[in-house]
Amino acid sequence: MRSAGRLGAIALVAGLLVLLVVHIATAQRGARIAAAVAAGQKPAAPDFELDRIGRDGKLKLSSLHGRVVVLNFWASWCQACKDEARTVEAAVRRWQPRGVVFVGVDSQDFTSDARRFARRFGLTYGSVHDGSGSVMTRYGVTGLPETWTLDRRGRLVDHIPGVADAGRLDSAIERARRS
Amino acid sequence: MIARVLALVALALVLAAPALGANGLERREAQLENRVMCPTCHQLLALSHSPIAERMRTFIRAQLAAGKSEQQIERELVAQFGPAVLAEPPAQGFGLLAWLIPAAGLVAGAVGVFAVARAWRRRAPAETADVSPEVLRRIERELVAFDD
Repeated sequence: MRSAGRLGAIALVAGLLVLLVVHIATAQRGARIAAAVAAGQKPAAPDFELDRIGRDGKLKLSSLHGRVVVLNFWASWCQACKDEARTVEAAVRRWQPRGVVFVGVDSQDFTSDARRFARRFGLTYGSVHDGSGSVMTRYGVTGLPETWTLDRRGRLVDHIPGVADAGRLDSAIERARRS
Repeated sequence: MIARVLALVALALVLAAPALGANGLERREAQLENRVMCPTCHQLLALSHSPIAERMRTFIRAQLAAGKSEQQIERELVAQFGPAVLAEPPAQGFGLLAWLIPAAGLVAGAVGVFAVARAWRRRAPAETADVSPEVLRRIERELVAFDD
């Protein structure tokens, strides 16, 4: 009886420790990814499957393997995202005909606001809803907007924290195409 | 005269009704703001002034005015922002752990304190039993000598 109680207590403490380690590891993995890309490495992009905004169904990132992908994290309440929206849309019009896929990741936002935002800025590319911000965390996004580019093998090759200008976006996409 | 008084009472009620209703809505809104977290700053909504917190307040106010219950609004917020938007985790599924672990900790602590206290009580007579009769006799002699 006493050993069963002791075993239960040990299992409880071990379980809590595992949860703590998983939580810390998840939080740090995003920061490590950004550091790795800054150091010139090409880590695999964390996969996700999120609801599409304004369309039925989900989008799984890994389903886009074989294409260069631009992941743009944004939210309708973010002023800097409003400042950036037209620049991203202009890049979509330049690069989409050449096979580059743009995916918006609307983070910690109401989907109704996201739809309104997309209409207001005339966004033609698709976005997915990351309401809880869990995908943001996995990518180490610390502020909005942020942009990542992925090469055809699903590896992260460039990271633009903050508002991206046209030149920076173009160079990030070129890098992903060459990778 | 009676008709005039009744008319005045009715008029007062009509004028007071919106204010009473508004107070009720404000109270419910304040209650909800203390049960919901801001997803970007991880503070109670009532304490947060981030842009999304302001937007969530507007949402809650509009939903309450539209006659939605607190539970319906919480469900909609969970659908938008995930279960972590609730200040108190739901007492089901994985969230149940957050309720069970502190209770289990309290029980484990109480059992531990009881076990330690019992062990100490058992050890106490054993320590006195270790004193040999010779030592006891010597202590007795020294006490008598000290009294003299």
